[in-house]
Amino acid sequence: MKPAPFDLTLAESLPQALAALAAEGAKPVSGGCSLGPMLNLRLARPSALVDLRRVGALRTLEGSKTHLDIGAGWTHAEIEDGVVPDVTAGLMRRVAHGIAYRAVRNRGTIGGSLAHADPAADWISTLTALDARLLIRSAAGARECAMGDFMLAAYTTSLASGEVLAAVRVPVLSAGARAGYHKICRKTGEFAQAIGAVVLDGPRGFARVVAGAVEAPPLVLAAASDALRAGDAAKAARLAAEEVDAAFAGQAESFRALHRVAVERALDEVRS
Amino acid sequence: MAVDQAEAAVKGEGIGARVRRKEDARHLMGRGRFAGDIRMPGMSDVAFLRSPVAHARIISVTKPQGHEGEIFTSADAAAVGDIITRSTIPGYKLSAYPPLARDKVRFVGDIVAMAYAPTRAEAEDLCEAVTFDYEELPVIVDCDQGREAGAALLHEAWGDNLFLETSFDSGGMEEVARTAPVRVQKRFRTGRQCMHPMEGKGLVAWWDFQANMLVVNTSTQVPHMIRTGLSETLGLPEGQIRIAPPDVGGGFGYKCLLQPEEVLVAWLAMTLKRPFRWIEDRREHLTAGANAREHEYVITAYADARGKLLGLDAEVAVNVGAYSVWPFTACLEAAQAGGNLPGPYIWPVYRCKTYSVATNKPPFAPYRGVARPGVCFAMELTIDAIAAAVGREAVDVRAENLVPGSAMPYTNITKKYYDSGDYPASLATAREMIGFDAVRARQAAGESDGRLIGVGFSTYTEQSAHGTKVFASWGTPLVPGYEQATIRINPDGSADVRAGIHTIGQGLETTLAQMASEILTLPVAQIRVILGDTATTPFSTGAYASRGIVMAGGAVSRTAEKLAEKVKKLAAHLLQCAPSDIRFDSGVIHGLNGSTTFAEVARAWYTTPEVLPDGVDTGGLEVTEGYKPQVDTGVFSYATHAAVVAVDPRTGATEILDYVVVEDCGRMVNPMIVEGQAYGGVAQGIGTALFEESTYDAEGQPLASTLIDYLLPGPTELPKVRVAHTETLSPFSAHGIKGVGEGGAIAPAGAVVNAMNDALKGLGASLTEIPATPERVLAALSDAKGRSAA
Repeated sequence: MKPAPFDLTLAESLPQALAALAAEGAKPVSGGCSLGPMLNLRLARPSALVDLRRVGALRTLEGSKTHLDIGAGWTHAEIEDGVVPDVTAGLMRRVAHGIAYRAVRNRGTIGGSLAHADPAADWISTLTALDARLLIRSAAGARECAMGDFMLAAYTTSLASGEVLAAVRVPVLSAGARAGYHKICRKTGEFAQAIGAVVLDGPRGFARVVAGAVEAPPLVLAAASDALRAGDAAKAARLAAEEVDAAFAGQAESFRALHRVAVERALDEVRS
Repeated sequence: MAVDQAEAAVKGEGIGARVRRKEDARHLMGRGRFAGDIRMPGMSDVAFLRSPVAHARIISVTKPQGHEGEIFTSADAAAVGDIITRSTIPGYKLSAYPPLARDKVRFVGDIVAMAYAPTRAEAEDLCEAVTFDYEELPVIVDCDQGREAGAALLHEAWGDNLFLETSFDSGGMEEVARTAPVRVQKRFRTGRQCMHPMEGKGLVAWWDFQANMLVVNTSTQVPHMIRTGLSETLGLPEGQIRIAPPDVGGGFGYKCLLQPEEVLVAWLAMTLKRPFRWIEDRREHLTAGANAREHEYVITAYADARGKLLGLDAEVAVNVGAYSVWPFTACLEAAQAGGNLPGPYIWPVYRCKTYSVATNKPPFAPYRGVARPGVCFAMELTIDAIAAAVGREAVDVRAENLVPGSAMPYTNITKKYYDSGDYPASLATAREMIGFDAVRARQAAGESDGRLIGVGFSTYTEQSAHGTKVFASWGTPLVPGYEQATIRINPDGSADVRAGIHTIGQGLETTLAQMASEILTLPVAQIRVILGDTATTPFSTGAYASRGIVMAGGAVSRTAEKLAEKVKKLAAHLLQCAPSDIRFDSGVIHGLNGSTTFAEVARAWYTTPEVLPDGVDTGGLEVTEGYKPQVDTGVFSYATHAAVVAVDPRTGATEILDYVVVEDCGRMVNPMIVEGQAYGGVAQGIGTALFEESTYDAEGQPLASTLIDYLLPGPTELPKVRVAHTETLSPFSAHGIKGVGEGGAIAPAGAVVNAMNDALKGLGASLTEIPATPERVLAALSDAKGRSAA
């Protein structure tokens, strides 16, 4: 299958990209790892594409003591390789290493993955566990958005037409912070069937337990997170299982079982 | 340029040498020439509008205004004949397969219209603009539905949905059923699959005005058969059709068929006298090409108290899809299933009914192993089930049921003639190599990560290179006879080997050169192998049924022997001795006094004939000869596979920890290539065992239409396979060679799932369906839990 016809703008700057995206039916594209196949299958039929890969403003790194702003155009491979500095106790490098295959990681970008909002993709769950924030630009200006307010449903985000995801604001974890990530998939490189993502940052008083790849935005397991923050990992594991069962009561038992296991094994990594 | 034969160190390049593959230099550098690499001036790309529904009556197919000449429906291509595959098997029903659907569509992917344009994208735009009106009909997706009374009919004239029903009965089943101490009944199911050669189907067709003929560069295993098939469907004499296949990136059976796309693109080129190209994409392959492996078994086995088989009663249903493929028919699979179920085992009483059921799925094709991967899976799980019933180790029960080496040659209950081998020895070696006792000890100790370990075995026979009488008894359009090869000594003393079989990745450019080198002693670098082109090679039915090295290899060997006689006669003139005094060594020709070279002999014949006396053999330095083994019943390779797996009972995930192949294909022409066949076959077999399935919904819609949903095993899913060889020569084939192309793919599902069941036996769970996905593992565990709670 080959795509239906579309116009292509190779944007060189953010203003140029935003202007091009103002056109009716225009869609942004960066790595094209998900959009490319959808174009070829003619499931996505934008009248115009705006290629963001040449936009320098999306390839910035700006840090402070508390956070690092990672431009949306950085690739998974650049995160994996440490070209993008890691402030997450190694979690982001490890997650990047487990995304699909190297060929995909070489092209796919963190911003593209987030904006696509495939519930089974890695960054949505990981950055939810990290409590990252998203920096969004439009011709009208800039806004900031919490992860929990960004993804509304599978493949649906709060990005309005004419808005571009510009950067991800990742909190700098304390020394000694721990993270766990467990992904269950049928084979290496496939999208996840279940994700467990856990961050425990004692000095900052932060803990979060997330069940991802749930066909919807990732689920923050609040009770388990509280227990983990309070230092009771065993209780966190028990509560996590209960929360998964309650949240997905309408799903098949095998669905719940995989998510219980993923979260439990991610928690194990934080405990051990 | 004359070849310097003094430098040629050819010792060890004949049969048995680990010669590096000649074809790999171009493939590793990306310099192969596949259908997709061909560019011709004025070439158009073709796309197909395919049916979005599984079963419907066609009301109308309407072209967009202004593009009538670039789009074709069945009405436009009325001159194209239906693909009809004859067979003389009693009761076999013919299906007429119109390359462009007429009256009805019968599966999702059936071709409704064809369009061409300068690019594929534009051709797809044209297809989109076609309006296809249809009236949906009830859909048959599985064998049970197809066999129900009053089921919707695929082919109304038949009165039912059975291409063929066969039955075999040795007699005596009632007595065995009444008296046998042990009875085990099992249902097995094998998932539908796509074959997924790395290169999909593809072709370029054009009109050669100089030769006044149609030329088709098609990715095929069977070029000479495709010429016959195109001649039948296009009404063009075979002499006016040239099939010149480019490099082929894997076949596995998918490319041993006359495909409707092949017929239609060739028809365009013949009609419009311009070049046209079609390259199958992966989505087309996953939907319209989901054509293999789907079997259902009900097996009732009877045994004595130690697990020795007394009788086996089987029902096999094959979901063969909408039409019969050409030339192999829709019934080859079921015929092979019934005939090969006994495999390497002995039992006295056998009854088997087979049903080839027409369904609204793509037409079934013979995929590497043809029926045997399913048969082997069903039989090997049955053996393990019997062992469980009698409380013994399955590996011991298996050993006691195998045909013993002392019985060879052995005619089994379905009249298969096993020419040679020692099946129990291969099982014993596999048991040793896999470390059976150590695995049992490890199981007893348990795993720290909570996973469960299991070990499983699977033994099979592979009937390879079955010949004239076997195929003639089926009365199909393809009946292989004497395989031919041509060898010519060139003026520089090098040799050209020509054979009509085609290279599809199996290394024939190397192994056929080795066969010639064995006789002529020339180094393989000086032997060019030219394959497949109907204009330049002798007729061959092609590359299928693990026949290449047995048939074409045998033909090259026979031809080289005849050519050697001619070379010796000419050399005898030059060396002033008798032909019987001439011998070849390392490409040098020795007489009683002195020596010469192939180049000098060739020079004498071609360019300095004055040195030759009158009355010389006028046959020159080119020979064509035919060959077939002494029996038509095939030569039987065999192997035992053993696997150790770890199953995670919480996620259902399975990891293969160790995998062993102990195989015997007679004399190995190139052990490296034999091992490559084992590795590749095992990879595909593991796909069958654990990953690959073309799933459908109740409306016949394919659910696995991308590689996200259809999982192929990758490097990280595959174990390091350890291969051991034994060489039991066939008494009936040249050099004792047996075929080895399919074997690797036959046994993995049996070995892997037996190992999984071994791992899960403590939990009372047992798998009977492949692929044995995590979902099926969890379901089996949940069933077992339910049973124990009840």
